Amino acid sequence: MSRYRRMSFNKFVRNVFAHILLFVLSVIWLFPVFWIVLTSFRGEKGSFVPYFWPKSFTINNYVQLFTDTQQFYYAKWFMNTLIVAVFSCLLSTLYVLGISYALSRMRFKMRKPFMNVALILGMFPGFMSMIAVYYILKGLNMTQSLLALILVYSAGAGLNFYIAKGFFDTIPKAIDEAAVIDGASRWKVFTKITIPLSRPIIIYTVLTSFLAPWTDYIFVSVIMGDNYDKYTIALGLYKMLEKEFITTWYNRFAAGAVIVSIPISILFIIMQRYYAEGASGAIKG
Amino acid sequence: MAKIKEKNERYSIISAFLRGDFLTKLSFLIMGASNLFRGQIIKGLLFLFTELAYIYYLTSAGISALRGLRTLGTKEQSMVFDESQGIFVVQKGDNSMLMLLAGVVAIAVTMLFLVIWKANINAAYEAQNLKQQGKKLPTFAMDVASYFDKKLYRTLMSFPLIGILLFNILPLMFMILIGFTNFDHEHQPPGKLFTWVGLDNFKALLLTGEKIGKTFWGVLGWTLIWAVLATFLNYIGGILLALLINREGTKLKGFWRTIFVTSIAIPQFVSLLVIRIMLNDNGAMNSLLQDLGIISRDKFLPFLSDPTWARFTVVIVNLWIGIPYTMLIVTGILQNIPKELYESAKVDGANAFVTFIKITMPYVLFVTSPYLITQFIGNINNFNVIYFLTAGGPLSLDYYQAGKTDLLVTWLYRLTTGSVKDYSYASAIGIMVFILSATFSLISYRFTASYKREEDFQQ
Repeated sequence: MSRYRRMSFNKFVRNVFAHILLFVLSVIWLFPVFWIVLTSFRGEKGSFVPYFWPKSFTINNYVQLFTDTQQFYYAKWFMNTLIVAVFSCLLSTLYVLGISYALSRMRFKMRKPFMNVALILGMFPGFMSMIAVYYILKGLNMTQSLLALILVYSAGAGLNFYIAKGFFDTIPKAIDEAAVIDGASRWKVFTKITIPLSRPIIIYTVLTSFLAPWTDYIFVSVIMGDNYDKYTIALGLYKMLEKEFITTWYNRFAAGAVIVSIPISILFIIMQRYYAEGASGAIKG
Repeated sequence: MAKIKEKNERYSIISAFLRGDFLTKLSFLIMGASNLFRGQIIKGLLFLFTELAYIYYLTSAGISALRGLRTLGTKEQSMVFDESQGIFVVQKGDNSMLMLLAGVVAIAVTMLFLVIWKANINAAYEAQNLKQQGKKLPTFAMDVASYFDKKLYRTLMSFPLIGILLFNILPLMFMILIGFTNFDHEHQPPGKLFTWVGLDNFKALLLTGEKIGKTFWGVLGWTLIWAVLATFLNYIGGILLALLINREGTKLKGFWRTIFVTSIAIPQFVSLLVIRIMLNDNGAMNSLLQDLGIISRDKFLPFLSDPTWARFTVVIVNLWIGIPYTMLIVTGILQNIPKELYESAKVDGANAFVTFIKITMPYVLFVTSPYLITQFIGNINNFNVIYFLTAGGPLSLDYYQAGKTDLLVTWLYRLTTGSVKDYSYASAIGIMVFILSATFSLISYRFTASYKREEDFQQ
């Protein structure tokens, strides 16, 4: 009996310890989040201040972010990013589903070579060719435009077929074959049978490709140059922290960061189930 | 059966040439001839149109573009005295960069044309065979319909392929070729020409003791240290956190998980930029430490400004970024471990530590080994964390255009977008990164392949 009690006491101590540890870790993890929210409401102007806790609070940073449009145009950046995200996500999803279906369900001569080439292309650092993409876009007279962003973001999508192909592979082929015997064309099978069965992978693809433009900085910075009107959120926020802007824009940067983080975080939390399964390659039908 | 069919297809050009009739042979020269004269008008015209377009392209631009590839330009931009105006004016020279790009485009167009040309031969021979067998030739509408049935893969893949060709393969070919030229800051078009230099850039990086060579080995060393530390610390940390949250006695599992997921749900550039300004010499972290009296008012901790500090800081901040990811993935795996394993371990009297070492770890390792390898390669290319936190700095005088926390990829980025543009070295570095990633992938592939075969043996 006493032995049993000692064990449960040990268990109790361990549980308390585990919760304290989790609490401390949570504080560490939320600390930057807490600080950026704090700064976004800070009343004092200027960038770095020699104290942690703000002396006054205001919501002006949020208001000015949208009203002071002389230099930067936050609302416009938000719309730019949204437009790019919506269109590139539509195109990317079509591309990924199309390629994945073809590679998973059909057999043709270029299938294996294509998969090998995709593998090899993936091993080059992505932005090594960025400068060349820039010159190609320049040749097509498309730099500093949102269309260029949409095209480039979705162009690469065709190479990220692994997860969706893996998913299609798990759908029994017998379903397709039965439909083909009934006289359905491949196109019918694809649109009427495979697509409706693929909800999880479609959600995963849509969300990942929707989120990409919100977080990409490298490529936008190369093709947009100094055309502030066509900036996306990521590039704009980065710009605010540069030496000539940081004094005015430091607090507003914080406000802008908070605003963009809210919808993105919500989307991510919605898709975390798919994310975890996707990353470990195990989305099941 | 399938094999025989494949063989037939492979020899089709030769057999079409040997056994083709006059119209089929004519299609070798005049594309679409066979289809056109056998009644497949639209198909034939499409082929013919492609050929005419290609010939037009060749004569108007293609041939000179291909020829330009050999020298990349011979006439340098110069100042010429204009007598009528009485001043020196710029006389345009060749632009090596545009010539190289045009050459690459010409090669791609030609390859694309050859693919269509081959399709034309196949179609010509097929039309002949069908005619000889007395069958009806498919109409254009039937051809189109087949692109939504048996040939659906072509329809599905054509648009994505155009994108991949235009924005992935072409630029990459261009950039790889630049690695074999001297397109550095001293040879910037349009003012100067650049030309082929063979393997000189690779020699400069790998073999010479010059500054750039020293930089390369230094940066490579840090890249590997970083990749190992970032991958394994995140991995172990993530597993421990997942275990902590999922252990039997922990209350509010979902709540804790959401807290950690929040930190990865925030766009990475936001959290990284925020952490950067927090860790600035005058930033919030130092202010907080001063407020708390841990360091004195006139002092600060050089989180990102001292080379050694900066290296530690990026690894630790990367834990902040990476641990929740691993936690998220490992959680799913932990829930899939068969409960019976733990129960039988309990019966055998194993304690928590032994169960962890003997059951949990092997299972998690087995399932996540591909993830571990992709993470390792991902960390070699981990641009975001380094760029947003330190931008590679603090810069070092011993290094050529690089800082102490620079990875190969951030160094590459600085060489292509910074004030001193050395595309040639950047490209050579990119190729080295490719070789590095490819090597690790091959090793891992070998490792997993042999692993699988071993299991086959045991069954």
